[in-house]
Amino acid sequence: MELTIGPNQFFWPAETWSSFYDDLTHAPVDRIVLGELVCSKRLPFYQDRIPDAVSALIEAGKDVALTSLALVTLKRERKLTAALAEMGVTVEINDLTALAYIPEGQTFYVGPLVNVYNEGTLRWLASRGARRVCLPPELPLASVAALAKAASDLGVAVEVWGHGRLPLAISGRCYHARMHGRSKDNCQFACEDDPDGLDVMTRDGKPFMAMNGVQTLSDSYACTDHQIELLRAAGVSSLRLSPQSQGFIPLCDLYRQRIDQSLAESDLAQQIRTLNPDIRLSDGFLTGSCGADWSGPQDRGTPNR
Amino acid sequence: MVMEIVCPAGTPAALRAAVKAGAHTVYCGFNDETNARNFPGLNFDRAEMRTGVDFAHQHGAKVLVAINTFPRAGDEAIWHRAIHDAEACGADAVILADPGLLDHAARHHPGLRRHLSVQAAAANADVINFYAETFGVKRVVLPRVLSVPEIAAINAETEVETEVFVFGGLCVMAEGRCSLSSYATGLSPNMNGVCSPASHVDYSEHQGVLDARLGGYLIHRVDKDEPAPYPTLCKGCFSAGEKTGHLFEDPVSLNAERLIPQLQKSGVTALKIEGRQRSKSYVAQVVRNFRTAVDALDAGRPLPEGMLARLSEGQAMTTGAYKKTWR
Amino acid sequence: MSDPQNQLPHCPAALAAALRVMPLAPLSLSLTAFSRRIARNHPALFQRLGAYGRTEFVLDPVDLPIVVCLNPNDGRPRIKLTRRKAQGAARISGPLAALIGLVHGAFDGDALFFSRDLVIEGDTGAALALRNAIDDAELDLAQEAETLSGPLARPVHHLIAIAEHQTGLCLTRPEDATIW
Repeated sequence: MELTIGPNQFFWPAETWSSFYDDLTHAPVDRIVLGELVCSKRLPFYQDRIPDAVSALIEAGKDVALTSLALVTLKRERKLTAALAEMGVTVEINDLTALAYIPEGQTFYVGPLVNVYNEGTLRWLASRGARRVCLPPELPLASVAALAKAASDLGVAVEVWGHGRLPLAISGRCYHARMHGRSKDNCQFACEDDPDGLDVMTRDGKPFMAMNGVQTLSDSYACTDHQIELLRAAGVSSLRLSPQSQGFIPLCDLYRQRIDQSLAESDLAQQIRTLNPDIRLSDGFLTGSCGADWSGPQDRGTPNR
Repeated sequence: MVMEIVCPAGTPAALRAAVKAGAHTVYCGFNDETNARNFPGLNFDRAEMRTGVDFAHQHGAKVLVAINTFPRAGDEAIWHRAIHDAEACGADAVILADPGLLDHAARHHPGLRRHLSVQAAAANADVINFYAETFGVKRVVLPRVLSVPEIAAINAETEVETEVFVFGGLCVMAEGRCSLSSYATGLSPNMNGVCSPASHVDYSEHQGVLDARLGGYLIHRVDKDEPAPYPTLCKGCFSAGEKTGHLFEDPVSLNAERLIPQLQKSGVTALKIEGRQRSKSYVAQVVRNFRTAVDALDAGRPLPEGMLARLSEGQAMTTGAYKKTWR
Repeated sequence: MSDPQNQLPHCPAALAAALRVMPLAPLSLSLTAFSRRIARNHPALFQRLGAYGRTEFVLDPVDLPIVVCLNPNDGRPRIKLTRRKAQGAARISGPLAALIGLVHGAFDGDALFFSRDLVIEGDTGAALALRNAIDDAELDLAQEAETLSGPLARPVHHLIAIAEHQTGLCLTRPEDATIW
């Protein structure tokens, strides 16, 4: 089983961004998708660093793809998205808009924010040139298995959201800006204050979601410790780890060990908690009754449900 | 040309009420998970759909059938059957969101008109034209994240008809791209056709203070004299950093009736009213109001003043993303 | 349509007084017979309840000294009136006028709920299903009652007679033209 690093969902200073991808050249991962997923206003701050990062990663033997934006509305965003198809690097589409610019026959990847829920959509995407699909995080294991089976007949690799705060929604409205009483156009990049998103609690103090500009994430970090064998058996060929600002390289090491069976089930989750004692984990979309469920033992960081 | 009023109907009675109140077009769904308002007690069985379409046609109105959830892997036949049956019932169009389903409909039901559901969140002219070229889509329901100038820009670049929401519930997230509901309850708009489902709602009142929870999460707490909000996740009251409040959206509902002239100038073909889950009394009242407005506009008369505030959630209104400051 | 939130009529005191002393067992029997007649004439109403076809509903007219326990019982409904506290899976409370107006489609259930004229407790999904099913059925309680005959008819007619002497209660279906 492979490890894919998804695009960073948050807004980090350019220096942090660069050193993150420098570090990944040495990490035990197979594939890196990078670029701006959430907000086109962030891109100018690190855009000129992308070519170097891509070259370094390719040189280190990694498969590299560039993500499209998750929601394309403005003219500027359409131009950016059209330009992606001409970069000479595989494109991961996270809004079908990107597909409008990819010539028929050019292969591409499909990210978790494109709604691939069934075989018909998978077949259609494969016919357009899709070679790899990271399934939407909300899919239950039964759907993952059915899609992985169909995908293998189509020569499409299937990936599942393996670790990280779950991307639950995308909006035209920027919540960070709204919270600071600013408009989106004058946001002053409030989201930069929260390199892993800003915790959103219910009024009785239960952690629930995380705010990241126009994106809403889960409070909990998805973790597939208890499903790795099931996913492998279903034909899933890669797990996607979503970048976080702290301890990410050790996290990649832990998942690598878990996949290579040098780390036992439950030990992965326990080690993740050692790295970050306050983390709340979930795996409910795959095997629980709702996304926030966690099939491992509760922990002091886990809210009572 | 008079702008087309597209009205919701959750039941056959609501369909008749909407048609009698002046709806040009009614949209509805089958009573299963194929449509995005799969609520208990709502929607149409096959016989009711056929009768409903006949009734509408006799009164000069059209019927659109929403099959706008994303088919479950392994069970696509249920959705394929829905498209087949919609055509057999005489529906004027189907409203679809899933690319695989659009592809199926284009191949197997080429004579059935296809509209792109708001659940597809097609938010720019390029992707709309792509849907038109690839699947022969004739109309797109625009996501509720666009401003009026952006809608005008889209219309300038596409031949595809546009339909926009003007009244009712307001999704603050891009539709079809949101799994907040399944994160908290296991049931989502995309997979199950429900958002913040009633089956997971719990109200408890203590000394006049009303708590509304969804999936165990406290979404609203209101005092005795405040309106009771439904615990829709994205409209809840939460805390982040130092702030407590409606961080995503206030418990308001959309009312763009005053923007109708601008929407017409922007090239919009049809005005859509949300609310298949609302009563026939609501539907009739809203339809009548909007029909009067577009007829007045067409005749060059001033628009009547709005009378719809009380029908809305929390009894407050917004023009939503149509005004750019909303963002 | 009138403006229900500002002018929900109060239930006539005479009706409340009558219900304080009337024996409830015969009235329950009569209402059960009445509801079965409705079930016969409107089978779609009970089909619409789907999974909630055997749910115990408690309807609580807050201006009356009784509550109504309704079990749809998959199309063979049972109604029981009680002056005590009643348990059910879903409870809908509000002024009698709101509850009956809802049945007749004169008022919008959601609007009454947002304004807290109606209060829902317990299984919200069940309450919603009942609301939606009734909204589709286009019932006219007075007209249904008129066709009721035999000994069980008398208590129902008696109730209607008391109510009809008062003004304000929405006992018959408003004609389409006056709804809006």
